[in-house]
Amino acid sequence: MNNKQLLAALAGGAVIAIAGQTAAERGADGHVNIIYWQAASILNPYLSGGTKDIESSSLVIEPLARYDQDGNMVPWLTTEIPTVANGGVSEDLTSITWNIAPGVLWSDGTPLTAHDVAFTAEYCMHPEGGCQQSTSFSDVASVEAVDDLTVKVTFSKPKPFPYGPFVGGESPIIQKAQFQKCLGARAPECTEQNFGPIGTGPFRVTEFRANDVISMEANPNYRDPSKPSFATLTFKGGGDAAAAARSVLETGEFDYAWNLQIDPAILKQMEGAGKGTVVAAFGTAVERLMVNLTNPSPDLADMRSTVDGGPHPFLTDAAVRRALSLAIDRNLLSEVGYGSAGKATCNVLPAPAVYASTANDECLVQNIAKANQILDDAGWMPGSDGVREKDGVRLSILYQTSTNAVRQDTQALVKQWWSEIGVETELKNIDAAVFFGGDQSSPDTFQKFYADIEMYTNLFNGTDPEAYMNNWTCNEIPGPSSNWLGNNMPRYCNAEYDALAAELGQTADLAERARIAMAMNDMLVQEGAMIPLIHRGRVSAHSNTLGGVILNTWDSELWNVADWHRE
Amino acid sequence: MLNYTIRRLLFTVPVLLFISFIVFLLLDLAPNDPTGNLPLTIPPDVREQIRRSLGLGEPIHVRYFLWCVQFFVNEPLNILEHWTGLQFGDGERLRVQSWATRSPVVDLVVERLPQTLWVVGMSYVVGILIAIPIGVISAYRQYSWFDQAGTFVSMVGFSVPTFFTGVLMIVVFSVHLEWFPSIYDTTHRVTDWESFLFQIRQLVMPVSVLALYNAAQISRFMRASMLDNLGQDYVRTARAKGLKEHIVLLVHVLRNSLIPVVTVIALGIPQIFGGAIITEQVFKVNGLGQLLIIGIQGADIPLVQTLTFIFAVLIVVFNLVADILYGILDPRIRYE
Repeated sequence: MNNKQLLAALAGGAVIAIAGQTAAERGADGHVNIIYWQAASILNPYLSGGTKDIESSSLVIEPLARYDQDGNMVPWLTTEIPTVANGGVSEDLTSITWNIAPGVLWSDGTPLTAHDVAFTAEYCMHPEGGCQQSTSFSDVASVEAVDDLTVKVTFSKPKPFPYGPFVGGESPIIQKAQFQKCLGARAPECTEQNFGPIGTGPFRVTEFRANDVISMEANPNYRDPSKPSFATLTFKGGGDAAAAARSVLETGEFDYAWNLQIDPAILKQMEGAGKGTVVAAFGTAVERLMVNLTNPSPDLADMRSTVDGGPHPFLTDAAVRRALSLAIDRNLLSEVGYGSAGKATCNVLPAPAVYASTANDECLVQNIAKANQILDDAGWMPGSDGVREKDGVRLSILYQTSTNAVRQDTQALVKQWWSEIGVETELKNIDAAVFFGGDQSSPDTFQKFYADIEMYTNLFNGTDPEAYMNNWTCNEIPGPSSNWLGNNMPRYCNAEYDALAAELGQTADLAERARIAMAMNDMLVQEGAMIPLIHRGRVSAHSNTLGGVILNTWDSELWNVADWHRE
Repeated sequence: MLNYTIRRLLFTVPVLLFISFIVFLLLDLAPNDPTGNLPLTIPPDVREQIRRSLGLGEPIHVRYFLWCVQFFVNEPLNILEHWTGLQFGDGERLRVQSWATRSPVVDLVVERLPQTLWVVGMSYVVGILIAIPIGVISAYRQYSWFDQAGTFVSMVGFSVPTFFTGVLMIVVFSVHLEWFPSIYDTTHRVTDWESFLFQIRQLVMPVSVLALYNAAQISRFMRASMLDNLGQDYVRTARAKGLKEHIVLLVHVLRNSLIPVVTVIALGIPQIFGGAIITEQVFKVNGLGQLLIIGIQGADIPLVQTLTFIFAVLIVVFNLVADILYGILDPRIRYE
């Protein structure tokens, strides 16, 4: 559709709206305001892995397939999802072939082709580009355009779940014509491209102010001529979650506010103003306690919290770990800190539903008496100060986490419960940028884990848990020899677990994969490498006049913005 | 005076170089990491690659030298090219790039200056306009109810933090009364009367919050300085000559009392450019203060380094300006 036709359509839309019928024309609903309290820095998710950047760019650039609100894959720019059954995935699981839907245009009017898709892979896989989404392209050997609308991804080894590249908000397709001079080391210099990518999505950028605000307008070449309903869009950033919530729920200045992790009581009160609605949805995020199975004693100097430093003096005792878990009232933690955005859980892998195990539900109910009993039976007896000890070892725990009001509340509650079972707890909190930062010289990173227990949330993108569950295999243990890289914070090492991980890597059948993943989850929880606390949801809010919002935690929250409309 | 100024200006060069090096060193030693705020789904080896692509693999002196070349050579050349239209070399120079946005830091600063000057600058002007009359009257009618009230308001302005007054104003004027927007629209352009009114409406709350703080500070200086002068012999002489009271007060005393206040005001100007970190966050003004705090949180070292350095330059320059102003206003002061 060219500009003239668009104008005609807009005028038509206005006439229809005046006539009092439902507006189903592009741009008929005027303007929509979105606020993300973290401002978008760049519109290229390959150069910034921040959620705010991935989600803001999802208004403009799109992947070949997305996840819907239930975690199912839906073809987005393609005709169907390739599977072994429909021949899209090869029998030996080493390649996948996508068929691009014909007629999809970029916002500049040129057609989307397989060459753009192949270029996107080349862009991210360039060794000097510092691509932040290279996990999506792991094990990819080559991506080639078979013809203009067919693209074939070949993997270097069998991939039972070949939907890494080009699926979900993390790996959208960028236009070759626009980005071809921005490969590798030149990627960061392409400011104009990174701030205003040409996309196939419902909107296109008119002005980008880094870390502040983005102005957008409807993409005149969007594939559905009646969408999006909004002619223009403002994506504002900055402030904090409470202010964002207020602007939607109380003042009504904005239509949509993202990720409102604030005191649930305050959110409820704001919702009472009657201008907006709070929505929540659950993905894979779990707030958990990581149990250090190695010795963090400062006396060990360089060997602190490493496998070489030897096992932990008391956390290697299964009875202690079980008692610590039983003493926690997860429902109360969830109510105090998370409200509608939290559910008590005993699993590190709580979703999608097929992967959720029920084998560990004992921990859902707090039982201090039983926890005490377990410790008594294991020979941990209260000393003169009430702290249990055995053979000169006291149950004294250093419990660290990042600085965050909800986490400090949780820490205080857990400390109280643990004191009731004779465990002494010292609390520590560290600025998030330091705690999660990988600074090798800092002793306070979550990888170094110079504490007995640490708490944070982890999750995985998409719906396949394979890469996530691989985090706790023996070779993922961080230590000085691996520059403290690695995700196995508890330093958990079990040959059986590694065998299951290897099996998962070769199994394509979904039911079988679910069985293995559940077994791995149960092993981690029952052996006490982790103490899961809260299954965390995403909370957002939208104005009561904004229709079509379907909160999605498996993909960008703005995944269906083309369907949003004014009610 | 001219000699003094030139001498001082020459001396600022090593001072500023030293400041830039110290800032660089501090930022480098801080336990912060540009990949620290990325989602945990990004694995450690990818993070390592990102850090390398940002140039963090190089030793510190190399990175510092690179920044110096980019900031002291490439950026000025770029500005010159922009102004004169001439081209120096091939025009392919590496500018100081922010890590988070991958765009030139100087462009970000230029983009944000308008809203910072509007909000923080305006609040400074409003603050001064309120503070001087309050200071004069408070001193002239010392210990009157007006003086007591002025003292009380200054204490409130000093001691109540802007994150409290700001949110309080939003709750009262945006949520309940719905008079003013709670979120500042930085893309707003003043083109006609209507849009000018909107600009005023969105300025009212952030400006008054900051103006209260500025006025509190300056009115105390003004009052103290007036009190000093009111007791001087020349005031008695003026009155004895039969001058009218308002001439004694507003011509003789006020002019002399303003000398120290003007220098205090000049010293405060750099903080206008520094933005108001908290107030900008509260009202989502997204000016220089917010840029700095985002840079610090995200460990965007080139951005923080460049911004703090620009602030350092402004502080050094306005110190000099204040000294010179003092010399011009007060004939008793001579620098040689």
